[in-house]
Order: sequence, then C-alpha cells, then structure tokens
Amino acid sequence: METALQTSLPLDVQRLLDEHSSRELLRLVVVGSVDDGKSTLIGRLLYECDGLFEDQISAVKKASAKRAAARTEASVAVPPEVLASGLRAAAGAEEEELDFSLFTDGLKAEREQGITIDVAYRYLSTGKRKVIIADTPGHIQYTRNMATGASTADAAVILVDARLGVLPQTRRHAYIASLLGIPYLAVAVNKMDLVGFDRATFERIGQELADFAYTLGFEGVRLFPVSASRGDNITRASARTPWHEGGTLLGWLESLPHQRRLDNAAFRFPVQYVIRPHQDYRGLAGQVASGTVRVGDEVQVLPSGRRTRVAGIDTFEGPLEEASAPASVTLLLADDVDASRGDLLSHVDESPQALQQLDAMLVWFGEQPLDVTRRYLVKQATRTAPAQVERIHWRMELEDLAEVPAESLSLNDIGKVRLVCRRPLLADPYRDNRRTGAFIIIDALTHDTVGAGMVLGPADTGARGAVEASLISSAERRARLGQPGAIVLLPASPDAASRAFELERSLFDEGRHVTTVSGDVEVALALAGAGLIALVHAEAPQARRVLRSEARDAGVAWLELEASEDAKQQVERVLALGENAK
Amino acid sequence: MSENTLARTTHLAELEAESIHIIRETVAEFANPVMLYSIGKDSQVLLHLARKAFHPAPLPFPLLHVDTTWKFREMYAFRDAFVARHGLKLLVHQNRRALAEGINPFDHGSQKYTHAMKTQALLEALAQHGFDAAFGGARRDEEKSRAKERVFSFRDKHGQWDPRRQRPELWNLYNGRVDAGESMRVFPLSNWTELDVWHYVLRERIPVVPLYFAAERPIIDRNGTLLMVDDERMRLRPGEKPTLRRVRFRTLGCYPLSGAIESSATTVEAVIHEMVNARQSERQGRLIDHDEEGSMELKKREGYF
Repeated sequence: METALQTSLPLDVQRLLDEHSSRELLRLVVVGSVDDGKSTLIGRLLYECDGLFEDQISAVKKASAKRAAARTEASVAVPPEVLASGLRAAAGAEEEELDFSLFTDGLKAEREQGITIDVAYRYLSTGKRKVIIADTPGHIQYTRNMATGASTADAAVILVDARLGVLPQTRRHAYIASLLGIPYLAVAVNKMDLVGFDRATFERIGQELADFAYTLGFEGVRLFPVSASRGDNITRASARTPWHEGGTLLGWLESLPHQRRLDNAAFRFPVQYVIRPHQDYRGLAGQVASGTVRVGDEVQVLPSGRRTRVAGIDTFEGPLEEASAPASVTLLLADDVDASRGDLLSHVDESPQALQQLDAMLVWFGEQPLDVTRRYLVKQATRTAPAQVERIHWRMELEDLAEVPAESLSLNDIGKVRLVCRRPLLADPYRDNRRTGAFIIIDALTHDTVGAGMVLGPADTGARGAVEASLISSAERRARLGQPGAIVLLPASPDAASRAFELERSLFDEGRHVTTVSGDVEVALALAGAGLIALVHAEAPQARRVLRSEARDAGVAWLELEASEDAKQQVERVLALGENAK
Repeated sequence: MSENTLARTTHLAELEAESIHIIRETVAEFANPVMLYSIGKDSQVLLHLARKAFHPAPLPFPLLHVDTTWKFREMYAFRDAFVARHGLKLLVHQNRRALAEGINPFDHGSQKYTHAMKTQALLEALAQHGFDAAFGGARRDEEKSRAKERVFSFRDKHGQWDPRRQRPELWNLYNGRVDAGESMRVFPLSNWTELDVWHYVLRERIPVVPLYFAAERPIIDRNGTLLMVDDERMRLRPGEKPTLRRVRFRTLGCYPLSGAIESSATTVEAVIHEMVNARQSERQGRLIDHDEEGSMELKKREGYF
C-alpha cells in the first residue's frame, strides 16, 4: 500500500531539493496607511517571483475586468487623477491590466470595500529565501492586526504614498515596528509614477521618515522609490529612476541577515508538556526559546531553583548531543526534580528574572479600555498567571511620540505600565529576548486577547513597593479554626456543582469550616488563605491547571479528588488532609 | 538525520519545530482534542509531526475521519492499513441522516452535498464527542480566505468562524481559552506551502496514498475536469465513456469531485519536479472551491474546515 521511495535522484531534482532545503526563512511584515498599495505591492512581488499559478491569475483577470467595468459605470464622479492612478482598466483601454491587490484581499468584505481588514499571510520563494509575508491592514481600527503581523517579523516594509508623504499613521507603524523589535526597515515610497518619478519628492519623503526611523533604533533603514502597480524597483531596477542607486526591494530582502539565530543568547527552555509514557521515562517537552543546551549541562528549574543536569535530549529520530533554538525537543533530567508546564529551564549562571512586579510596554487591543481595577490573565512563554495592571506610567501620543499621563488605555493605545502578577513570570527584557520578553493579556471573562506586552524589566517601585501583609499569621488562623486552609478540586463532571454541595454538607456535619466555589482562582486562594476548606468545581482545564500551580506557589494545602472515588471515600480523604496538617 | 535537521536551521527545520510547538501547546491547553484525518498528504504530514511531538508516548488524542462515503477506494484501504500498522485510535463519523436521505454529489450538487456530508458531519462528530479542539491540516497558501486564518481559530457554540472577530495572535503565544461548547480549530501547518509538504514527505519518508502518483486510471473528461470512475456509483452522462489515462491527483477528496491532472510522475521526486514547473494551483481541481467567488469563506463561516 505504501509507496517505496527511490534512493537515487535525477541530478536536477537533487539540486532543486538541495536549494530548496538550504534556504532560510525570513518573516516580513508589510505595513502602510489605507490605499498606500500594500496589497498591490505584495501581489506584484508574488507575480514577479512566480509565486502565483495560472488559474489564480486568470481568476484575478476576470475579477479585475469586472471591477473595472463597475468603476466605469460609476466613473462620472471619479476625479481624473484617480482614473489615471493605475485604474487604466476603467477607461477600457487596458483590460489586460491586473489589479494585483486582488491576489491578496481574500475576504468578501475586503473585496467589496477595497480595503484589507485582517492580516493575511503569503509565501514567497526567491532564489535565496523563503519569505513569509504578513500583509497587514493600515486602517487605524485594525492596528492590533498590524502588531500581530509584526510580532514575529525580522524585517518590515512601510509604504508611503508619494503624493501624500509621511502621515501620522506612517509614524505610528514605524513606531510599532520598532517597539516589536524588528531590526530592519525598508521604506517604499510608492506611486512614484503619479509624481513623475520626481527625485526631489522621493528624497524629501525618504529623508523625513529615515530621520524619524533612526531615532527609533532600527539597525538598518533603506529607501526605495517604487510603483507597485507598474513594477518599478520591486524585483527589477527601474529605468525611470536612474538616480536611484539603492537596488530593488527584492535585492534587499535577499541580503538581510537571518535573524532567528539566537545561538549566542542565553539558553531558555519553557516547559510545555511532560511526556510520561511509563514509570522510567519522564521527558520535558518544549521548544528551545533561545540559546543552546548540551547533554551534561548543569541547568536549573525555575521558579524552584532546583539544579540538575541534562541527562539526554530526545527526539523522534533518536537522541541528540545538543539542541539550539528554535528546535522542539524533549529534555531528560538526571534527577527526578519536580518540573511541569509553566516552569522554565536555564543554565545556572544565566538566569532569567523572576518578575512579579514588572514594567512593560503594552499595546491594547480590547474593545473595552484597560481597567486597572480588574484582574486579567497573562500568558508568557508557557505560563499563564492572573495579573493586574496596577499603574499606567504614560500613554504614547503617536502623533508626536509624546508621553502623556493616562488613567487607562483604549483600543490601539500604546503605553508603559506596571504589571503585578500573581505568580512571577520567568522573563527577560524584550530587547534581549523576543521569546521570553513577550506576553499577551487575556480577558478572563470574555477570553479575548486584549493586549500584547513587552517586558522592560523589574518594576521601578522605589519606596512604594512594600507589600501589605496581614498581621495574623496562617498558623494563628489554623489554630483558631482547628483545621488548615485547603483547596480541594472535584473531578470535572456535568454535575460537579451538586456533588460539591453534597460533599460540603458532609464535611460541615463533620465539624469542618468549608465552602464551595465554582472556579475562581482568586476566591479559592483567598478562602484557603483564611483557613477554610475551599471545594472547587471547575470544568475548564486551564482553570484547573492555574489553580494547581497557584496553590503550589502559595504553599496552600491541595487535594485533587478522583472520579473513581465514592462520596464516602472523598469525605475521608478531605478529613485526612486536615488530620495530617494539624 | 538529527544532525542534518538541527545543526542548520533551514526553513523546513524551523517549520517543523513551530508545528510541533503548536501541537504540544494544544494538548497542554485543552481537555479533549482530536486530530482531523482526511487521508491526504497534509494529514499524513500532520500526523507524522504529532507522533514526533509526543515520542516516545502514544498520541494523546484520537484521529477523526469525517467520512462522506465517496472517497476513493484506495484512500479507505490506505487509511485502514496505516491505522492498523501504527496502532492509532481512529474514529470514523458519517452523517447518517444525510446518508439515509440519499444525499449524494450527483443529485444534490456539490454545495448541498458538501454542507451535509462534510460540514454538518464534522459539527455532529465534534459535538457528539465533546471535542474542544480539533487539529486540521489546512495551509494558508491553499486559498485566499485560508490566508486569513489564525493558527488557533476560535469557533463559537455553533462551530462557526467569524473573520472579523478573530483573536489577535502574537509571537508564539496562542490563546487557547474557550467556554464550554466553544471550540478551537488548530492549524499547525499554517505556514507550510505545498512544496514544503512534498519536500517533507520526501525527507521524512512519509507514506502517502498512491493516487498522488501517476498511473493508468479510468477517466472521463467533463468540461475539462478529469474525473476518475472509481466505482459503479459514478453517474455517466450521455456519451461519456471512461478511458484509461495516465493521471495523478494533487489533492484528494470525494472522487466525483476531485479533478486529476495528466502526469507521468510516479515518485515523490518526480512530483516535486513537476510541481516546480506547474502553472496551476493545487486547488484548481477542487470543484467545491469554485461554486462562486468567496465560496470557501462561506463554507468556513458555517463550520467547514
């Protein structure tokens, strides 16, 4: 049934495969304001790099003609310069002219409105590179999608309309690109055909943006005079800009250094999942976030700080001697130390910071403004923790990059905040490590992703960092109630709530101080902290996991009941918990 | 092997590492995940990556084949042999009511048929087993609305996709939180292209259904689409008579809806060679994509993969 493979390949196929496999991946984000021609530029790049197929091209030809016809009907009101701007097809003169933006705007609403709503990913193969292009919307309403595309990018292309020059939105995009740590920036001054390929116009715009971009800290900024609709300086040098010596956009893409090599960075391994097929195998599965690990290396498990050695690096193909970012591997440790999802392994002399109070840059995505009185969830590496944005240091006014005081952040705002997490994040400053320095904020009620954060470092708390501590110790509380506080998790089931109430009754009758809570981590911890037995019935696996690790970190007694136990056994186990701890 | 893949971070090694990360993340964050298995090359690659992700443990989730009953016979044979050989847990789900009503690709048209036998059947199966996450092998390079998909694609209680309400997805931090009844579609192969898939099939020696390779097959030419007459259920139109032609398939689905291409490629290498020179996209032979402009988007909104 299964196909046997030949071992010897024809020479040209072998060469093809070698070329294909030796190419490195580059992630590119293309940004610009509405109507700057991003989709057209990307469509043009794909078309000229043979990234499109004939049926796709013929479909676009059909759609281009349809759109052109519709525009002809409506053209009475269209000003002449718009008709000239690459919409020649509207005049019926050049029906063959392709509307390159149609290759990329894939949603119905996008085609109807002629704008890009959501980030889309395109795949380009050049002679030297495989490029993943994030095509991002320029409209202010969709800035969050621009940040989405920029978060993983190695390089950014910002489009500017030659007729309009640098707009506030252009500066906003450059700022976000720098904030997200993209090192290389190309400025494509587009629609040069509409300004007669005027060198002075190009240099004026380019200089203004380049000056701005350098203040933002990009490693390299390059300028290209282009016409996306006509193909000038995209993949071929244009005869219409003889004064331009900077080459083509494609040439730039192929010349960029590969950024994903983090070989020299400190080793970081967030534990994703524990693989335990049998008693003798306990593997920590995860992706090396940065750096390199070798068999025999001394490592520490954070946050516990316990030290051990790497006994093996396991993969499906067999053991490895070393693994570097971004490999997904499984680590075997020399000692049976406790390590689970959310923990992080590093070399002993290169620790990340364990940050419970930290300062960070935050891009807000939520429809509801950031509420400093609310609890959110933070996901960083493989750890999810309840957190609160305690303070907004300032909000950035993107018009002039001014830092202004703010009580809150609204949709698409960017600001510097202080975050307080229930459990410490094992993080590095974002500028040092884009993997361990990044986090997202999740609304615990709606489950929406409402923010993206970049760690700056420990909170600059000065004198006001003192934690308010209760004057009553937990030992005193235990003594008063005659029982330890504990969290007891019931097995997930449709009738978990009623089972919890039955168990609560039985324990109450046994003289215990006990109460039932649904799945709120905060409430359960508070109750257990006050000495009560908190019976928790939570369906969501995330809530169960967070509870488990929260209780562990807080040192609260913890018991998980099994579905196989009957009510009597459950009562006995909870009572035993109390006896042992007393 | 291992030195090749890890010493140099080529794009394929990076894609592999990213996909394994996504698969593990899903299993860590969800209570009851499932992997959609369609028997195609992308499914084979996805399954291979999943086995790598949890090695040496068995897969911590079952496979689900949403069976329209109209797949190629060779696909069923391949499925059963492969599952048995690797000891995989496979669930097969068919829309029984639609079958009883006699819904088929000939009388009901591809749209109605696909909705009943694929979309409805899938939603039924997910609900019946209470799966809260479902892996799919879709790639963003397949189709324009696919290019807009997140890796973690949120579905409401009705299994529906709303492109305007997608969660922002930054770095490799996937938000897997859902309420009861809601679910996530997860696409670990999002960033792979068709060429990457074939290259990986070659590199990893991944078995695929022989229909991907050229052979003499009984074919009718219907308005330029080459359809294979796989069994006696095929409805021939007046004047249509199957003739043996040397063809293969770039994409596999229900045989009355999958167009073949003329080809002489009988090995993975030859397929890759042919593809590099090909001028037609992979889904060009998929009749269900061409019902109307934007039809994939509509299907996805309703719950299609």
